[in-house]
Amino acid sequence: KKTKEGFFSKLTRSVAGKSKVDDEVLDDLEEILVTSDVGVDTTLKIIDRIEERVSKDKYFGTEELNKILREEISGLLEENNSGSETEFVIPQQDAPYVIMVVGVNGVGKTTTIGKLAYQFKKAGKKVVLGAADTFRAAAIDQLKIWSERVDVPIVTQKMGSDPASVAFDTLQSAQAQDADVVIIDTAGRLHNKVNLMNELGKIKKVMKKVIPDAPHEVMLVLDASTGQNAIEQAKQFTRVTEVTGMALTKLDGTAKGGVVIGISDLFKIPVRYIGVGERMEDLQVFNKYEFVDSLFGEEQEA
Amino acid sequence: MFENLQDKLERSFKVLKGHGQITEVNVAETMKEVRRSLLDADVNFKIAKDFTNRVKDKALGRDVLNTVSPGQLLVKITHEELTELMGSEHEELDLSGDPAVILMAGLQGSGKTTHSGKLAHFLKNKKGKKPLLVACDVYRPAAIDQLHVVGEQVGTEVYSNKEEKDPVKIAKDAVEYAKQNGFNAVIVDTAGRLAIDEDMMNEISSLKDALNPNETLFVVDAMTGQDAVNTAKEFNQRLDYEGVILTKLDGDTRGGAALSIRAVVQKPIKFIGTGEKMDALTPFHPSRMSDRILGMGDVVSLVERA
Ligand SMILES: Nc1nc2c(ncn2[C@@H]2O[C@H](COP(=O)(O)OP(=O)(O)OP(=O)(O)O)[C@@H](O)[C@H]2O)c(=O)[nH]1
Ligand SMILES: Nc1nc2c(ncn2[C@@H]2O[C@H](COP(=O)(O)OP(=O)(O)OP(=O)(O)O)[C@@H](O)[C@H]2O)c(=O)[nH]1
Ligand SMILES: [Mg+2]
Ligand SMILES: [Mg+2]
Repeated sequence: KKTKEGFFSKLTRSVAGKSKVDDEVLDDLEEILVTSDVGVDTTLKIIDRIEERVSKDKYFGTEELNKILREEISGLLEENNSGSETEFVIPQQDAPYVIMVVGVNGVGKTTTIGKLAYQFKKAGKKVVLGAADTFRAAAIDQLKIWSERVDVPIVTQKMGSDPASVAFDTLQSAQAQDADVVIIDTAGRLHNKVNLMNELGKIKKVMKKVIPDAPHEVMLVLDASTGQNAIEQAKQFTRVTEVTGMALTKLDGTAKGGVVIGISDLFKIPVRYIGVGERMEDLQVFNKYEFVDSLFGEEQEA
Repeated sequence: MFENLQDKLERSFKVLKGHGQITEVNVAETMKEVRRSLLDADVNFKIAKDFTNRVKDKALGRDVLNTVSPGQLLVKITHEELTELMGSEHEELDLSGDPAVILMAGLQGSGKTTHSGKLAHFLKNKKGKKPLLVACDVYRPAAIDQLHVVGEQVGTEVYSNKEEKDPVKIAKDAVEYAKQNGFNAVIVDTAGRLAIDEDMMNEISSLKDALNPNETLFVVDAMTGQDAVNTAKEFNQRLDYEGVILTKLDGDTRGGAALSIRAVVQKPIKFIGTGEKMDALTPFHPSRMSDRILGMGDVVSLVERA
């Protein structure tokens, strides 16, 4: 496969010896950002900021421009204050730390839960899974297989039973077992379906009956191949469940997932993890600088 | 969050008012808004650009009728172009042969297994067929169980073999089984795969070669962003598929991926998926899809009234 010249090297050439970003560079930048799903609004915001800084800092070299660009874009991404940049850290507390995982259909919720369970277990934590997707065909079996793979306990009920009741059972069981982390799987649902969205609110409420401040984390899973609709997803899931963190999956493909920049900026939610494959090891802590660089990496000829 | 296209266009129409003809100058603002709207709808960057240029070329110099303003004419041309690009009303499935074979392919989580079930339901109830579902996803946890549950929901037998790890072997055996047991349609569910995964793409090519299916269908999530072109193109290069199923259109995505895919592979969108239930499968309507992508249900009627 042919590879195109990376953006930064192109940038270096086109601004060499100039004191102002010319339109050609800005056009290229727009193309790169929009084709990474950053979206027009956020792209324009980034371009505005760069132009502003360029006119302020009279003359600057290419390296500075690269730096400004990286700074401005990563500046839109919320800081990850989970503790470590490379490890999976959960806060120390008495009650089990409860993570509720939500998102639209097929984004990778169940798989991400399997991977998280693996990571937490490896870090010496006692993990319990709750199969609160009682709706989708074989969703319970799927999570059960993950629990066997990782070798952690799982709480299930029959298909079709009340998801809130499964969550309740799971939290009770986790408490009884003195677990460190509980991860609750939920059924995929499109954010414009009012009843299904309200169901999430109910699951959340029921969990509080067992552990008053649960869930401690509501994790929204987004698929990197999703375009601008992810903004609406974040908005609606946040409205109903107060999302506290995101996981961006399927970054092992060609999609860039740039829409999370605007989401993080708009809703002040950090991206915590990225999914880079289907195996249990394929989960990484999100690093915003690497992410921004990946937008400008060598592109494949379309 | 986004300003309505209609509002934007009405503003740009004002610029055009009083002009009797569409010119390079007065068209620019409107086309910028149209392009912006296409990008917000996830139409691919290059395709949106080409598309607006083509519309502009078509429109330039066209006389404006007394009753229609240049802006409205422009929107009308945009809509017409888009609808034409989307393809014809409804392309039927080729169900000839005994059994007719349908192969499902696509990225992870796009809706292949669900739509295998929906197709079985459709073939049974609308086409009077006796379909067999075949479980060729040997990787995803509980993929085979999932197809069995789906099969039960639509009252269709599912062929699977948990001992066999080679999907090609499973598929061939299934067709043999279908022949011997009076099934006249076979729907093969496959694992999700990325277009850049060489091994997995080779696997689906081998499946196609072995089965010689009537229909290979590319199943794609309507919420897909800019990457839709890459994936649609890669899968098409490997499989030369007959058609597309666009899923999850019961959401509120504008679905610009549909335009990108049409523009880049020129294959018909045969069905759209509009829910998780087994009857949520509908024929594709190009004009409705154009409205949706442009976010302009009302703009069209505005133009029609003019
Ligand atoms: N390549 C790749 N595939 C992934 C990744 N994460 C998940 N998948 C795949 O995506 C598909 C859907 O994943 P699930 O975990 O079932 O998604 P879900 O959100 O639980 O789906 P529903 O419960 O049906 O809404 C599966 O085939 C997974 O193997 C990832 O990071 N990379
Ligand atoms: N709302 C809605 N959900 C859908 C539609 N089609 C599929 N889904 C859901 O999307 C999720 C993924 O669907 P699957 O059929 O498992 O997707 P798949 O392509 O087989 O996934 P893999 O086998 O993991 O690659 C499930 O939760 C389905 O219920 C649709 O048209 N609308
Ligand atoms: Mg799931
Ligand atoms: Mg499947």
